[in-house]
Amino acid sequence: MRRRHFLSLSAESVGGLLIYSLQRTPLRAQSQSGTIRVPLKFFTEKQALLLAAAAARIFPSDDTGPGANEAGVVLYIDRQLASAYGRDRFRYTAEPFLDGPPELGHQGPLTPRQIYSEGLAQLEGIDTLSPEDADAKLRSIERTPFFSLLRQHTIEGMFCDPMHGGNIDKIGWQLIGFPGPRMSYFSEVDSYYGKPFRPRPESLSEILGRPVTPSEDEEPA
Amino acid sequence: MRTLKPVDVVIVGGGWTGLLMAKELSADSARSIVVLERGPARKTADYIDDMDELDYAIRLRMMQDIRHETVTVRHTVQDRALPVRQYGSFLPGTGTGGGGEHWSGISYRYLPQSFKIASHLRERYGAARLPEDHALQDWPVTFDELEPFYWQAEQLLGLSGKAGNLRGKRQPGGNIFEGPRSHEYPTPPMKRPYLAELFHQAATKLGYHPHPLPAATNSQSYRNPDGILRSGCVYCGYCERYGCMIGAKAQPTNTLLPVLNRRRNFTLRNGCWVRRVVVESGKARGVTYIDVSGEEVFQPAEMVMLASWSINNTRLLLLSKIGEPYNPATGKGQIGRNLTHQVSLPAAMAFFPQPLNRFIGAGSAGVAIADFDADFLDHSDLGFQGGGIIYTVCYGFRPMANFGVVPTSVKSTWGSDWKKAALHHYDRTGRISFYGEHHSYRSHYMDLDPTYKDKYGDPLIRMTIDWTDNERRMGAHMSVKAAEIARAMGATEITPHPGLRRYDATRYQSTHIQGGVIMGDSPENSAINSYHQLWQTPNLFVLGASAWPQNPSVNPTLTALALTHRAAHAIRTRSLL
Ligand SMILES: Cc1cc2nc3c(=O)[nH]c(=O)nc-3n(C[C@H](O)[C@H](O)[C@H](O)COP(=O)(O)OP(=O)(O)OC[C@H]3O[C@@H](n4cnc5c(N)ncnc54)[C@H](O)[C@@H]3O)c2cc1C
Ligand code: SF4
Repeated sequence: MRRRHFLSLSAESVGGLLIYSLQRTPLRAQSQSGTIRVPLKFFTEKQALLLAAAAARIFPSDDTGPGANEAGVVLYIDRQLASAYGRDRFRYTAEPFLDGPPELGHQGPLTPRQIYSEGLAQLEGIDTLSPEDADAKLRSIERTPFFSLLRQHTIEGMFCDPMHGGNIDKIGWQLIGFPGPRMSYFSEVDSYYGKPFRPRPESLSEILGRPVTPSEDEEPA
Repeated sequence: MRTLKPVDVVIVGGGWTGLLMAKELSADSARSIVVLERGPARKTADYIDDMDELDYAIRLRMMQDIRHETVTVRHTVQDRALPVRQYGSFLPGTGTGGGGEHWSGISYRYLPQSFKIASHLRERYGAARLPEDHALQDWPVTFDELEPFYWQAEQLLGLSGKAGNLRGKRQPGGNIFEGPRSHEYPTPPMKRPYLAELFHQAATKLGYHPHPLPAATNSQSYRNPDGILRSGCVYCGYCERYGCMIGAKAQPTNTLLPVLNRRRNFTLRNGCWVRRVVVESGKARGVTYIDVSGEEVFQPAEMVMLASWSINNTRLLLLSKIGEPYNPATGKGQIGRNLTHQVSLPAAMAFFPQPLNRFIGAGSAGVAIADFDADFLDHSDLGFQGGGIIYTVCYGFRPMANFGVVPTSVKSTWGSDWKKAALHHYDRTGRISFYGEHHSYRSHYMDLDPTYKDKYGDPLIRMTIDWTDNERRMGAHMSVKAAEIARAMGATEITPHPGLRRYDATRYQSTHIQGGVIMGDSPENSAINSYHQLWQTPNLFVLGASAWPQNPSVNPTLTALALTHRAAHAIRTRSLL
């Protein structure tokens, strides 16, 4: 049995937002001070802090709006890696693993979990660096498969349906004006030419009025 | 191995072609039909939960499970092929409805000249202008012979669009380059999402002939000749890679299955993985498969139909040792030859000053021009043959896959500057795309991989395929044209496609892989006749786009359905056996 790890989020950064706990029950961060402890499924607390620091440099919180921290990108990645995806559920993994030209895609034997564990080890200390130094550290690994996975997962965690753990309170969708799933655009499709149509985003379970099971919870762990 | 009760017809694969053949043949109630489908059962009601980008468009919940089976790819016979470990350039479907459940529905007819391409090019340019190692071949069927069956397929789907050539008369607003139609489309064109409207206006201004993409995502409700009523599309945008929750997109489960479910002579068995076709003394006797409980069984049948999609059809024949495998060194053998993959490019990314609401759309809501298709452009100074359509489709752009694209003036791909630019451009980016012809070449083919296996230990298919200068020059030319259209649409920054280099198995191109079991007019130049019937084994039929001698520019499914209708018609009326 793995020791329980938690990620402590500053209540200030997530104040008033709806976070889904790992049991998928909504947890509203009401207080404006102190910390909120979210249990982790795959990472250790130390790894989660390194990851949070890296993701926050890829998709920073700045004057253009919230970023990876507020959206809970770490929680998204933690859940994905804890699920079958982390063990390569979505890859053909028969041997032999041989190198090939880039057009044949990633051929290595490492699972996403292994890629993260190795990659995060290279980011040791990034959570204590200044933004400039953290960026320099990330630039030094920019061409690795780990970094491209991390960048991709950061975007995914910003804009996934909140049931997957990221995009807390649809903060990523609000940022880009994406309505989320919606039953119909029949009248809007040709009546908003050149004008933004920006309804308040809703998640899948909100429009359906019932919970939906994401694939990471379906597969036996 | 247990032997099951014999049936008249066993069909391998419950997708578009398999279920259509089943519907046509089961109309005769005396004939017993079994469809074996290796994936799960599906129905419209399942799709209400599918509006989730991660599970459906990224983790690809509806596609064939890549852990169990994939393909290997190499560029030339000298290279070592490696497995496609994660889906990339195409997405094979699985489950009832196959790829037809999560397709986009863009449904063109091929051009009359496409069916005679080899003779056409020879006559027009002389044999010397054709690439040295080409394997182009005329089809054994003409557009005129196929026209009534195209019309049947279009009614089946309730296709939306605008005719451009009605019985020889040009129709403004339609695709004036198309072959003559006997009828107008069953339903009017779809609405134009904003980007499509911009494309329409710009193409008109430039003197081209824009027309609505022919759409199986229907513009309004429609009752087809089988009495199946489907509603009109609401442009939800969860379409390509998803099933339609309201049945507006024609899918095998909402057009064919409701008819089949009423027929007592039809049985669909899910979870059945066919491994071999059994042939004895020139006659197919049935198929062996692993059923849903894991037991291997033999299903005897009077007639066997492979409808498992192009790659799988080819593989099943090779695994069953039916016909002679193609050998690129000698040119001998018919099974596996003429592998093609539709050229499909994001020809230009266009960055606009105004928002586009591009999450609104449908898999085939868009506008195209065919002014650069086939031989409608002057090739004299171009250095390539063929062409294709330039189009924009507003299929409903979702953020996980599309966020982060920025103009080349932005130098970073992460961090504050990138984020700022990406946020600004997110809903202001449009894609102008190109679908092009892919000629067949003697060196492009499929055979069995010597190393990698599927979950039952059967060898994977090995694809040997690459781009040649013909496709590279065509792509480059079309990117220039697409960029001109983007400029006329008002784009302020444009990134043209960087150019095709090697065949790239990691970038989604289209699920339009053709060839392997091609049709022709004799056993010397083909594996099957124009009724999809194997020359050597007349009670074995191989349906779908594995029959294509080469790839005309546009998408294959409508033609696959028309040819299935034609084969079914011949079986029912002329008793081909
Ligand atoms: C994302 C996407 C978008 C597309 N968009 C378009 C489009 O806009 N226009 C267009 O024309 N086409 C489009 N297509 C392609 C279209 O889906 C296919 O051309 C069409 O479905 C092919 O029909 P088929 O009957 O040959 O194969 P499918 O419909 O794929 O059916 C084959 C079936 O056979 C089953 N099968 C395979 N092997 C076995 C076996 N050994 N035993 C038992 N069962 C087996 C599979 O599980 C599958 O269900 C698209 C495809 C995808 C994936
Ligand atoms: S866009 Fe239209 S056809 Fe496509 S899934 Fe939505 S409603 Fe159905």
